[in-house]
Amino acid sequence: MSNEGVVDNSKRQFLTTALTVVGAVGTGYLAVPFLSQMQPSAKAMAAGAPVEVDISKIEPGQLIRVAWRGKPVWVLSRTPEVLATLKTDTAKLADPDSLESDQPEYITDTLRAIKPEIFITVGLCTHLGCSPTFRPELAPADLGEDWKGGFFCPCHGSGFDLAGRVFKSVPAPTNLTVPPYRYITDTLIIIGEETEGATA
Amino acid sequence: MKQKITACTDWALERFPMSKLWNEHMAQYYAPKNFNFWYFFGSLALLMLVNQFLTGILLTMNYKPDAELAFDSVEYIMRDVNWGWLVRYMHSTGASAFFILIYLHMFRGMMYGSYKKPRELIWIFGMLLFVCLMAEAFMGYLLPWGQMSYWGAQVIISLFSAIPVVGDELSLWIRGDYVISDATLNRFFAFHVIAVPLALIILVFLHIVALHEVGSNNPDGIEIKESKDPWGKPVDGIPFHPYYTVKDIVGVGVFLIFFATVIFYMPEMGGYFLENANFIPADPLKTPEHIEPSWYFTPFYAILRAVPDKFAGVIAMAGSIIVLFLLPWLDRCEVKSIRYRGGIYKKALFAFVISFLVLGYLGTQPATPTYTMMARVFTVIYFAFFLLMPIYTRWEKTKPVPKRVTDEPDAEDQYHAIVDVLEEMTTHEPMKTSWGATAFPVKPNKKGIIQVTNRVVKKLKDSLD
Repeated sequence: MSNEGVVDNSKRQFLTTALTVVGAVGTGYLAVPFLSQMQPSAKAMAAGAPVEVDISKIEPGQLIRVAWRGKPVWVLSRTPEVLATLKTDTAKLADPDSLESDQPEYITDTLRAIKPEIFITVGLCTHLGCSPTFRPELAPADLGEDWKGGFFCPCHGSGFDLAGRVFKSVPAPTNLTVPPYRYITDTLIIIGEETEGATA
Repeated sequence: MKQKITACTDWALERFPMSKLWNEHMAQYYAPKNFNFWYFFGSLALLMLVNQFLTGILLTMNYKPDAELAFDSVEYIMRDVNWGWLVRYMHSTGASAFFILIYLHMFRGMMYGSYKKPRELIWIFGMLLFVCLMAEAFMGYLLPWGQMSYWGAQVIISLFSAIPVVGDELSLWIRGDYVISDATLNRFFAFHVIAVPLALIILVFLHIVALHEVGSNNPDGIEIKESKDPWGKPVDGIPFHPYYTVKDIVGVGVFLIFFATVIFYMPEMGGYFLENANFIPADPLKTPEHIEPSWYFTPFYAILRAVPDKFAGVIAMAGSIIVLFLLPWLDRCEVKSIRYRGGIYKKALFAFVISFLVLGYLGTQPATPTYTMMARVFTVIYFAFFLLMPIYTRWEKTKPVPKRVTDEPDAEDQYHAIVDVLEEMTTHEPMKTSWGATAFPVKPNKKGIIQVTNRVVKKLKDSLD
């Protein structure tokens, strides 16, 4: 052949580029199942069943804890005095009307409950997910004179009032999350279900 | 017989460059002759890596990465497995010791400018090692499935959810579930035992290859390759083997005294090496009263808490590690070693070390308003050290750097100096004893003590200029 020993570099370049592209696309395709493998499995997704809570035995001021989707959910019975304080004492709150916060659409009351006396919230700080402590007492030594009862996160010092509303200049960005729930009867609540049969 | 052994060796050496590798990296690798105390920590860190591998392999033989079984399997190792307590304490103490050694190793680099040209890549590989080590320690800490394991992991994984847009999806992907669960434990086990150790080995290899390419720095911060003898060997260099292998063995001996003391007498180290809350099985419904990360993360944790905004806090914490990567380019001073650098850098480094230690302490304490304020002040100092560095190092008043490495005063001279100082601080007035003999009791000399103290203070003050 006449062109023996002459290398056509552009053909080589084309083949190299083509092979690189094919290899990259192949790697990309393989990455999908590999990365997707680490997503929650079908079993984990199915585990979020709603839970029923009987509130007939809850005493005024008492907090009970239940587990929903592996998370702590608090059911708090609020006394009329607490409700009165919550209505007026909003000066120090970052988001008193819960405009930025995560709660179902049908919770429109500023006290963040279907019935004001029973408050339900996911007991995980919106900062980094610690479970805050329940501190209903007035002006305890460690939290200062102005403390009118609420939740205090020991991890990074975020504070919330008894409606789960976050105070100003603390690390937590939003109010505590209110899960979807509804009343089956006056004393029986189902958490994780909004209308009958429809799980959130 | 002897001939046969030689034949066998030759056969192997013709096929594998063992003696070439040995010479290049040990017997004919020339290291500066003036290495001091601070140069022990690299080889000791390597020893700890070996310790973690050996004990880790043994632990996996009895540990069960299952949320139902994990806590009990650790207790099983502690109580029923032969010598299981020893292996586990070697592993848990080894983790803390590893970080102590690495922090000292990094501080050495900052003192003697070991990150500067031409050693920038050694520093970068080292920083990647540090990040991998933190990932390894963090994931390992989840495995005992105690309260602190659980809530520590909850907090750290939630950090990712602060990233806008993809944050929630990302933390869900890391956990593999909506909460920390069996899925999380199992994958952390996989990362802790296979993925990250593999990355560590590769990075250690790169770190050492890069080091041996450019040669070691030294306390004088000068290049020994610039002064060579007629045979091309650095005049201030000595072969790594046997000189530094032997020196390092002494270091290993001293280190093991401390290491063994902790393992046998204080394996929990007052709740710092193994935290008290971790002796309670993980409870997803209840955060311990006071949660704190392992001590080696507390400086970064204090920075996270100091910022009163979730996303900004995460950025600050990540930033506090990223600035360390940039150190070779932030420092504009030509002189490497602190011995010949200006007073401003010495003071800045001192302030940085203090802020790192104070932040470390604050990270272990509850977030009270006073402590939060302090954490903010020291976070500012921490970042100022790095971010103002291009300014204050550019016009630094440096001292002349010697061409050859300097000699440390030898032990004999130091001994005489110490005897002289003791002599100055004491008197030997003759006095009669009760039975009539003359004695020369040693008594403190007030004037001498004041003189010596003044000299020491002046010397300390001068050494900061």
